[in-house]
Amino acid sequence: MLVYIVRRLFAAVILLLIVTAATFLIFFVLPRLGGATVDDLASRYVGKSGSVEDIHAIAVKLGFTDPIWVQYGRFVGALFVGADYSTGPTTVHCPAPCLGYSFINQNPVLPDLLDRLPVTLSLAAGAAVLWLVGGVSVGVLSALRRGSVFDRAAMGVALAGVSLPIFFTGLLSLAIFSYWLGITAPGGSFTPFEENPLLWAYDLLLPWITLAFLYAAGYARLTRAGMLDTMGEDYIRTARAKGLPERTVVVKHGLRSALTPILTIFGLDLGLLLGGAILTESTYSLPGIGKYSVDAIVSNDLPKVLGVVLLGSIFIVLANLVVDLLYAVIDPRVRLG
Amino acid sequence: MRSRRKVVVGALSAVAALVLAACGGGNVASSGGSGGGGGGGAADANGVHNPSTEKGGTLRFANSGDWDSLDPADTYYAYSWDFIRLYGRSLVMFKSAPGKDGATLVPDLAESLGKSSDNAKTWTYTLRKGVKFEDGTPVTSKDVKYAVERSLDKTTFPNGPTYFNDFLDLQGYTTPYEDPSPDKLGLKAIETPDDQTIVFKLKSPFSGFDYFAQLPSTIPVPAAKDTGSKYKEHVVSTGPYMFDTNELGKSFTLKRNPNWDPATDPNRPALPDRYEVTLNVNADDVDNRLQSGDLDVSIEGTGVQPAAQGKILADPALKANTDSAVVARLWYTAINGDVAPLDNIECRKAVLYAVDKTGYQRAYGGATGGDIATNLLPPVIPGAQSFDTYATPNNQGDLDKAKQALQACGQPNGFKTSISYRAERPKEKATAESLQQSLARAGIQADLKPYPLADYLKLYAGKPDFAKSNGLGLMVYGWGADWPDGYGFLAQIVDSRVIRATGGNSNLSVKDPAVDALLDKALTTTDTAAREQIWVDIDKKVMDDAYVLPGIWAKGLLYRPTNLTNVFITDGFQMYDYVALGTTRK
Repeated sequence: MLVYIVRRLFAAVILLLIVTAATFLIFFVLPRLGGATVDDLASRYVGKSGSVEDIHAIAVKLGFTDPIWVQYGRFVGALFVGADYSTGPTTVHCPAPCLGYSFINQNPVLPDLLDRLPVTLSLAAGAAVLWLVGGVSVGVLSALRRGSVFDRAAMGVALAGVSLPIFFTGLLSLAIFSYWLGITAPGGSFTPFEENPLLWAYDLLLPWITLAFLYAAGYARLTRAGMLDTMGEDYIRTARAKGLPERTVVVKHGLRSALTPILTIFGLDLGLLLGGAILTESTYSLPGIGKYSVDAIVSNDLPKVLGVVLLGSIFIVLANLVVDLLYAVIDPRVRLG
Repeated sequence: MRSRRKVVVGALSAVAALVLAACGGGNVASSGGSGGGGGGGAADANGVHNPSTEKGGTLRFANSGDWDSLDPADTYYAYSWDFIRLYGRSLVMFKSAPGKDGATLVPDLAESLGKSSDNAKTWTYTLRKGVKFEDGTPVTSKDVKYAVERSLDKTTFPNGPTYFNDFLDLQGYTTPYEDPSPDKLGLKAIETPDDQTIVFKLKSPFSGFDYFAQLPSTIPVPAAKDTGSKYKEHVVSTGPYMFDTNELGKSFTLKRNPNWDPATDPNRPALPDRYEVTLNVNADDVDNRLQSGDLDVSIEGTGVQPAAQGKILADPALKANTDSAVVARLWYTAINGDVAPLDNIECRKAVLYAVDKTGYQRAYGGATGGDIATNLLPPVIPGAQSFDTYATPNNQGDLDKAKQALQACGQPNGFKTSISYRAERPKEKATAESLQQSLARAGIQADLKPYPLADYLKLYAGKPDFAKSNGLGLMVYGWGADWPDGYGFLAQIVDSRVIRATGGNSNLSVKDPAVDALLDKALTTTDTAAREQIWVDIDKKVMDDAYVLPGIWAKGLLYRPTNLTNVFITDGFQMYDYVALGTTRK
């Protein structure tokens, strides 16, 4: 087991390096291949009134005039040993692991990301609990009452959940519940958990529900399909024939088997979300990693984008590792080694 | 004579880099609006809603984007220049007053407006006594000089304007950060003979230097506290408020500055106790929160989003809380004389007569989006006059006159051309489509050619050889001034000498030596009334040349929550005056 984990972690590091190299290529090399000069790249970071000389000076300052492998080497080097950046009169040190230094805000990216991580974590964790409990429960009940009014209604709502985009459900729910009825917090509200857990939950309730609505729909449909398959298996009939209570048959034998694909998807979904719930955070103006990355993309602040990609990749890799380990727990047929 | 001309041309060319205005952007230095009162709601005789002197409370602002920078050397948004007056004092400032009064300059850190000598090449200001930084240190002229010096460093502060870079006699000076003199005050173009006096020396005369002196770049910065690009994290205040918290990209708060002395400051009532500003807030959510009372001011001052606009205008109770702000911005279409047959003035006139301008207005949301423009200078600019060289019935076009012009041009059956616009802007797309339809009535067939916004000026419409070889006869565009003044509005869009072959031009079509000569004359005319008449003369000449199809003088619908006090639109920034605002919400 330990060897397996170490091997997976080592592979993860290699994967992350490949991800950073690919991202780097997309942002710094592809535009050059498309005919952009270093000054064209730099002109995005010069104000409206920049002269040709100003633009070139900025290109030099941002390191765009260096060969691309030097730039990438500098980025990777900063990850391990940190880097120094000039602020004009002084120099600031970005300690390792330095994920980069914002072109626009002129500050290291990692503290920014760590500052925003609690928002994204809070949003993703709360929503995940809701959609997992809600989606799986509805899916199980639908499978057990296949064809019933409940089944049809639940699957209809699930279809709506999958179909409606968050910027629609989000803005609509804000307009109704926050601004019209006044029972939930207005957009942009966030209280750190350690400051006031109740207010934390109150502020995030609407984003949680909106986000969970989208995911729960898919999970309900997936669970229903899995349960329908499993409940038709021979061993279920055997379990029933042995006289096991129906609850044990459904939960211990049926659901456990149906959960494996759910867990796979859950790992991926959660990992992706931790890299930023872009639409939800933008709709509710929550200062999380998703909103951070959108703002970075809008302002062309490439080091920030690179930082988010790296952090998101780490979450996805870790989430997949955890899922693989959990397989062994859920499904006795899986052995790691 | 020749050398004088070179100086003037040099000055004007330098202005090319200044970007006096906002490249047609929606959120640039001339964003909000002026004029006031369009939407309804009772204001007093001076145009002030809820006049009050009551202090206290917290004002809550939200910005749908990020601030370019809170550093006075590094900011170029009108809302930022309006807001910065809360925590910084420049030499002079736009008066905190409603309407046209708000476009007048009054002394702030200085005792009086600038005193010029040497034919408007030397400008002297005397600082008020008793002004202090937030830590109690007295402000001296050296702090102002240092602030201007650091603003010259465009690698550290790339966002700010470059007026001082272009007009001061720098003699090679680039930045105080590489200044070998011990006090970092080695710039010879600014002298500080004593702690209260500062003297600016220019390369060429500039009669409107007080406009430069109102720039945030003259807000004093203590050299010992300057952290370069990190200074925006805590700007040392000289105004009535100072930074309490500041999380870049997220939010910041201001609290009262205990070392601000109202006796030294006749311009700021300083009513609220505190300011809370949230950044990067969903634009539609900002409008919702304004209406629900969860927010006091949408800081950009560009007006509510289309979604909220429909709702507000349909509800008389909501509409009563709005102001229609007239902006120093013109949405227009350049008529390119490089592209045949538009090299013939009669064909250009045919376009001007054929266009249905009500379609132009509809593209911008109807009357709420702006008034139909008949010439260049927006009415909010002092001295501007409205005239209509190509009047048509109800602004819907005059096909008879268009056909006569086509006949005179030798194209009796019309001709083919192309209309370019910025692909990311739905309003410009709608404009191009409307132009296409109305021109077709006169037989002028136009293809639509969208180009990416970011490179519109650099690579496409603003690059003369590209525009010519691609037959861009009509180029949809827009322009706003940094401050309400004819120079600020016109210089970059009508002077043929600022057109560079390499691209990046904002003058897309006007090439007339007579217009250039009028601009030169205005730069050396110190009498304000005479200068303002020259701007009008230029406007008339450009319209006579038929190089520009004026579309809309922009307006914005501003929403004003009922708890706000002392609310008025200032012509200085063409949005609510943030220095004057107060609140009844405690």
